[in-house]
Amino acid sequence: MKSAVIVFPASNCDRDAATALEQMTGKKAHMVWHQDNALPDVDLVVLPGGFSYGDYLRCGAMANQSKIMGAIKAHAAKGGAVLGICNGFQVLTESGLLPGALMRNAGLKFVCKPVTMSVEETQSAFTRKYDKGQTVTFPVAHGEGNYYADDETLNRLEGEGRVMFRYQDNPNGSARNIAGILNEKRNVMGLMPHPERVVDEALGGSDGRALFQGLIEALS
Amino acid sequence: MKARVFVTLKNGVLDPQGKAIGHALNGLGFASVGEVRQGKVIDLELKETDATKAKTALKDMCEKLLANTVIEKYEIELKS
Repeated sequence: MKSAVIVFPASNCDRDAATALEQMTGKKAHMVWHQDNALPDVDLVVLPGGFSYGDYLRCGAMANQSKIMGAIKAHAAKGGAVLGICNGFQVLTESGLLPGALMRNAGLKFVCKPVTMSVEETQSAFTRKYDKGQTVTFPVAHGEGNYYADDETLNRLEGEGRVMFRYQDNPNGSARNIAGILNEKRNVMGLMPHPERVVDEALGGSDGRALFQGLIEALS
Repeated sequence: MKARVFVTLKNGVLDPQGKAIGHALNGLGFASVGEVRQGKVIDLELKETDATKAKTALKDMCEKLLANTVIEKYEIELKS
């Protein structure tokens, strides 16, 4: 599996994502600057966590105006896999690649801790190596992770099996405890918790490994 | 021409910041304060003299960037 990590100004999990990808795939990920117009030939594009453009205006709003977004939208439209983690999820909702929005945490505080989630759906390249209903623990680190969508959209997401991860103990007020969702074509996923930070027991856990293994299996 | 854009959360979208402000005001003794909703004000200077054209452009700006219409609504005020 060939992968690229997009680097926005003030991305801060881009190297974590690249390290996890290299460790899991044995290949270096391409680091793609946000002002580039084109993506290299890759199977997976990762939009990493961080505070792109200082979260000015709204989280992800400025990153969505970056030149590279055109190429990412084209990649997704062709069926290419896109994974948005944390700030990357916010960029994906701002871009319209995923529905809904991520708002200020209901408790108003930045939340930085491991959270336990259930895997709700395994019919995707991202979650195929998990068992349905399995619980996994990933860290979260965000101030704006409160997932919001209108009831119609939420019902659709649930009905179409597009709620991928659900918090067991909701840290941010997200509607229906949603931690991660999938697009209609099932090739774009966004989630607030960080799977790339749990691919090595020495660094606090390995529950994120199966996410990357699933992608490798589906995309190689 | 100058313009002011107000961006606020749509009705029905929970506003935790507004809620915290309301609680704080109650705590300060402003017992009459009920629900509080907060938002953003964006002031813009436009090189445009035609109000209709300015309004059309501003609406476009709001839809494309200034507001996230999934959760926010906007109002445009022109000042000549």
